[in-house]
Amino acid sequence: MAMISYLKSCLIAAIWFVFLTFPLMVVKVNTLKNTVEWRWMNMLWVAIGAFILSAVWRWAMERRARGARQKEQEGSDSDKKPSLGERLLEDPKLYRPLLGLVVALALLMPWVSEMYQVTIWVFALIYVVLGLGLNITVGLAGLLDLGYVAFFGVGAYTYAILNTRFGLDFWICLPIGGLTGALVGVLLGFPILRLRGDYLAIVTLGFGSIAKIVYENWEGVFNGARGIEKIARPGFFGMEMDISAATTFTYYLMLVMVVFTIFVTNRLKDSRIGRAWMALREDEIACVAMGVDMAKTKLGAYALGAFWAGLVGVIFASQTTYINPASFDFMLSAIVLSMVVLGGMGSIVGVVIAALVLNLLPEYLRAFEDYRMLVFGAVMVLMMLFRPQGLVANVRKTYTHSKKVHAEEANG
Amino acid sequence: MDYFLELFLSGLTRGSIYALIALGYTMVYGIIQLINFAHGEIYMIGAFVALVVSGVLTIYGFSGVSILILAALIAIIYSAAYGYTLEKIAYRPLRGAPRLSPLISAIGMSLFLQNYVLLAQTADFLPFPELVPEFEFMEPIAHIMGSAELIILITSAITMIGLTLLIKYTRIGKAMRATQQDMVMARLTGINVDRVISVTFIIGSVLAAIAGVLVGSYIGQINYFIGFMAGVKAFTAAVLGGIGNIPGAALGGLVLGLAEAMAAGYISSAYEDVFAFGVLVLILILRPSGLLGKAVKQKV
Repeated sequence: MAMISYLKSCLIAAIWFVFLTFPLMVVKVNTLKNTVEWRWMNMLWVAIGAFILSAVWRWAMERRARGARQKEQEGSDSDKKPSLGERLLEDPKLYRPLLGLVVALALLMPWVSEMYQVTIWVFALIYVVLGLGLNITVGLAGLLDLGYVAFFGVGAYTYAILNTRFGLDFWICLPIGGLTGALVGVLLGFPILRLRGDYLAIVTLGFGSIAKIVYENWEGVFNGARGIEKIARPGFFGMEMDISAATTFTYYLMLVMVVFTIFVTNRLKDSRIGRAWMALREDEIACVAMGVDMAKTKLGAYALGAFWAGLVGVIFASQTTYINPASFDFMLSAIVLSMVVLGGMGSIVGVVIAALVLNLLPEYLRAFEDYRMLVFGAVMVLMMLFRPQGLVANVRKTYTHSKKVHAEEANG
Repeated sequence: MDYFLELFLSGLTRGSIYALIALGYTMVYGIIQLINFAHGEIYMIGAFVALVVSGVLTIYGFSGVSILILAALIAIIYSAAYGYTLEKIAYRPLRGAPRLSPLISAIGMSLFLQNYVLLAQTADFLPFPELVPEFEFMEPIAHIMGSAELIILITSAITMIGLTLLIKYTRIGKAMRATQQDMVMARLTGINVDRVISVTFIIGSVLAAIAGVLVGSYIGQINYFIGFMAGVKAFTAAVLGGIGNIPGAALGGLVLGLAEAMAAGYISSAYEDVFAFGVLVLILILRPSGLLGKAVKQKV
């Protein structure tokens, strides 16, 4: 009986979605040529898809509700068995060889594959660093930043302008790009610190869009929609490099950047300011009451996130040697955000994996390319519903009270 | 003077569209404190459904005002259905979750719906069939105000008055106000809060659909991305008037529309969008509670 009602509700869902998608999926009107196309097959696909998805959906929702109930009964501090992912991360015997393998593969990559592949990986690594940078702002400090791409653009344009107009070298511009990003972050962050999280999201979104419009329209400085071309690639002690060597060089540079970023964010996480960020994320009022300087802490998170975006922006400009405003639209912010959400907010390993997967998957599965943003959107919703902690949950450092130490203290 | 009047009227027209969309934001925010990021997409879907319906009807030989009314009705039904489904799938399961979760879910939904329309239809701008007839009595002032503008102004005025009456005098309106004030208490007095929230989404979507149809026939072309800008601007209008405040949203929309039209007319039209965001940032810094909103102290 339960089975029948289950199927019945799935059937109702299927009919509902057929109704919902009818005008957009089935009918296709060309108002220019006055032709209309009826795609009845789509109706069938929607019906089948909706039926299956709603069955899965119901099952997942039930599981979710059961999980919530169980958690309530057991209390929060029950000993649960660590999952494979957690074991991999915590046991040095397991993760050291794995890490070694990853490093070796990463170092060897440019020598065994073509330049095209290396270029793809350079961009994937750029996204990794962007994800890690946004992870500081969104994941650790809980400030939802939808205009992250603006800082990336600031870095890229800083280098492009300094290089093409004033002939400044890549290595001088790299820190300048990062610092300009951070500076803009502080300037923008300052007035909106008082705002609550959701307002912040909209203001940063607005800022991101403003930045793009300014790049497009301010011909004198940013060269408008035509963009800036002939940006120099990074040099290495004056060595002459052809494109392929330069790409390989940028690849290694990005690897160093990734390692550097991971190192810094990892150290930050356990530092005084990192703990303040997490406290702020969990409960702002309680955190301020405990004496954390809210303005300084938030600005720090903002500036640091922006700093990394600025740095990578410089590398991005040097890799493509041509930038225009179209590279810095909202979609990029959305992609980076979905990486952080998918990987697990605050989790470094998770964000790295998510950034690589979300970037390389569409590259290698060309058929998937068109559906990329659709899937990203769905991923964001589904993650929030079923696994808000992300693929690899951020493990908070806990200080366990060891019985042995306690006993010794009591004896001595 | 004519130039000023023209700008003024176009600002008013634009403003009433913003106001219609802003009402949806403000009502949802008032009840569940969520920025319904996908609201702009509901508006876009409304416009698209109207385009499809009117396109099909034109091809099959219908004409004139009958198409407009039919297209608007179907668009309203579909937008309402989308709004209802959206809430049920993406927001209802997240009630009681940390604030960031439904917001991210909303952004995801917005991306999803945009790309759904992009893939199901097309990425190009589609011309909207001309549905609004040129009224003869408008002839003398046609150089400052078109018939479409007149229809937009009248329709949005009627819609907003209807909404005010609905909220003030009907049973569901009372339930909505009660839920807005105190959700737990409303539930205790026997109000079905889930249903009230669903109805709020449906009403907001209906208003967005009306705005979508009006914009379609006013601007003359739409694509899958129109919801993004319209959404952000309508949100600005809602914040400008004081978010959660229904007359505020209408006022905010009108003020923003007028300010934008003036800035575009007298300063530069390239920076039109920058101007709207500038207003948003300034308002949030100087008076976060908006024009009509009351400052609320955060309770612990």
